Amino acid sequence: MTAIVCKDLCKTFQQGDEIITGLENVSITIEEGDFVCLSGPSGSGKTTLLNAMGGLDTPDSGQILIGNTRLDQLGKGALADMRLNKIGFVFQSYNLIPVLTARENVEFVMQVRGVPAKERASRSFKILKEVGLQGMENRRPAQLSGGQQQRVAVARAIVGHPALVLADEPTANLDTLSSSQLMELFVELNHHHNITFVIATHDVRVMRYAKRLIKMQDGKIISDDTQEQINTRDK
Amino acid sequence: MKASLNIAPNMSLHIGLRMAWRNLWRHKRRTWLTVGAMIFSNLLLVFLISLQFGSYRMMIDNTLKSYTGHMQVQHRGYNDNPKIRTSIEGIIPLASKIRKQLGTDMVAARGVAFAMTSSKQRSYGLQIIGIEPQFEANVSTLPGLIIKGKYFTDSNAEEIIIGSVLARNLRVVIGDELTLLGSGRDGSFAAGVVTVAGIFESGIIDIDRSMAQLPLAYFQSLFSMGDQGHNIVINASDLTQVTALKKQVSHIISDRKELTVLDWNQLQPGLKQAIQADMTSAWFMYAVLIILVAFSVLNTQLMSVLERTREFGTMMALGLKPSRLSTLVFTETFLMSGLGLVLGTALGTLLAYYLSIVGFSYPGMEEMAVRFNLPDRMYPSLSLLSIFLGPGVVFIFSLLASLYPSLRLLFLQPVSAMRAV
Repeated sequence: MTAIVCKDLCKTFQQGDEIITGLENVSITIEEGDFVCLSGPSGSGKTTLLNAMGGLDTPDSGQILIGNTRLDQLGKGALADMRLNKIGFVFQSYNLIPVLTARENVEFVMQVRGVPAKERASRSFKILKEVGLQGMENRRPAQLSGGQQQRVAVARAIVGHPALVLADEPTANLDTLSSSQLMELFVELNHHHNITFVIATHDVRVMRYAKRLIKMQDGKIISDDTQEQINTRDK
Repeated sequence: MKASLNIAPNMSLHIGLRMAWRNLWRHKRRTWLTVGAMIFSNLLLVFLISLQFGSYRMMIDNTLKSYTGHMQVQHRGYNDNPKIRTSIEGIIPLASKIRKQLGTDMVAARGVAFAMTSSKQRSYGLQIIGIEPQFEANVSTLPGLIIKGKYFTDSNAEEIIIGSVLARNLRVVIGDELTLLGSGRDGSFAAGVVTVAGIFESGIIDIDRSMAQLPLAYFQSLFSMGDQGHNIVINASDLTQVTALKKQVSHIISDRKELTVLDWNQLQPGLKQAIQADMTSAWFMYAVLIILVAFSVLNTQLMSVLERTREFGTMMALGLKPSRLSTLVFTETFLMSGLGLVLGTALGTLLAYYLSIVGFSYPGMEEMAVRFNLPDRMYPSLSLLSIFLGPGVVFIFSLLASLYPSLRLLFLQPVSAMRAV
């Protein structure tokens, strides 16, 4: 089953007098349960594509489909609903809400969705345990390490059972150990919960975990390979 | 698709409140400065408005107690067109009846006429008031303002009390004789010779220059009034009792259809107008204070919103609608203003309550009080209106001030917000 389809996405940005191409006729289809890495140098269009897929930014042209819903045709409110119910985000700088505890950060999305308090509590407890943060539920972000904060962010992203988790450079601020632990967590969640991951990164170690690697350059997809294809080519 | 906020707004409120409260204390100093400004302004407003109301009450009381009284029984039409013939029959028994039924001595009958008053050297036109000597002191401060001589004791005495300015103008002293010439109720010639028994000084030049008092019995005989007079002055124990007392008096005189009861507002409409004019100028000052507080709130909330732009972007990415973010900022202002409201109002009320019991005076007030037979201390008047009016307006303006930073969030784009530094 298809998680998300992007057709002929184009996006340009105005920077002073210059027009920069963010995306140029980008088309990809991501299946449910996929584990995709978007790689490429800075300015290649990874984040722009991720933002468009997450409904954070609208493309100039092209179509984005999640299920039967066209994201590019939704209004602000409907896009917010779509993000709330179908998409989870993990950011480079964790972006946790500093005044909420780890548990409250995880519960936040569920609360906005109207999940009853009891269910919220049990789900947040369970998910924090799953990401290895048992006993740290009541700590605020400032009391957690970078790796732990990113785990809270992951818990927050997946607690609502999204169809798709979009991660933008999730390991960029983490040390090697935390990075590999986080990626293993992603793989485990992908494997056990069949959660679809699309990760934008230029970290080669992260790319090794991908089932599918899409390389971008100047707003275009220059290669789209499965792990097997990459392994075969490397041999 | 499931709607996010519309599904369970009450459940969302819970975390929204928690977040709003915690957000307030992210910058404790800044929040306390703004809350402090609110506390100070609310304290000041409660105190000043209570003091203002207290001083108005004092001003009304002092003005009315000097002569007019809280209310008067008059013949219908007398107040609009005072004529000597528009009088009340059997005024002394009626005053006595009212006194008895109300159970108070603060009731006194009066007669009013005009006469040319001459000393050996000069003549002036005067308003002559006939008073009941034994009761007048209960409804008027004038008997206590005698600076020379003494007040009447005998209702039939052929004596007169005059103001200090008139005494100077007529060049008379205690014991001198004055000749009164006027017109009686029946159109007859009213003429009499009276002895100056006392000289008063009310501090109001018009009264001191153009008013004189005679004992009522002598007044009635001089102006051929028979048993008639023109008004019965009644004082309430307190200004707040006037409405209830007026009803009682109306009931007492209900068998005399030609009579009516007029309260102080009908007798002296200028007094209320003067108070309203004073209130307008005071409210201008309060408005400046309130606007300053509102700008302080605007500054705090705008700063708070600008420095959290990235965080708001994240929340939008998680699926929060901009309207919910606006609500969050509005809730923060609500809590901050609520804190200022509660603390400021409580402190202001305590201060005003304390002073409403012990009172306070300013330099020179005691001398003035002794001179004009007035209270020597001022007492703030606490009421729900004086407590909540000012702080309520501060609260509303603070909320209005947060509208701009709140509404800005409606136009926030998640991607650009998350890029904010």
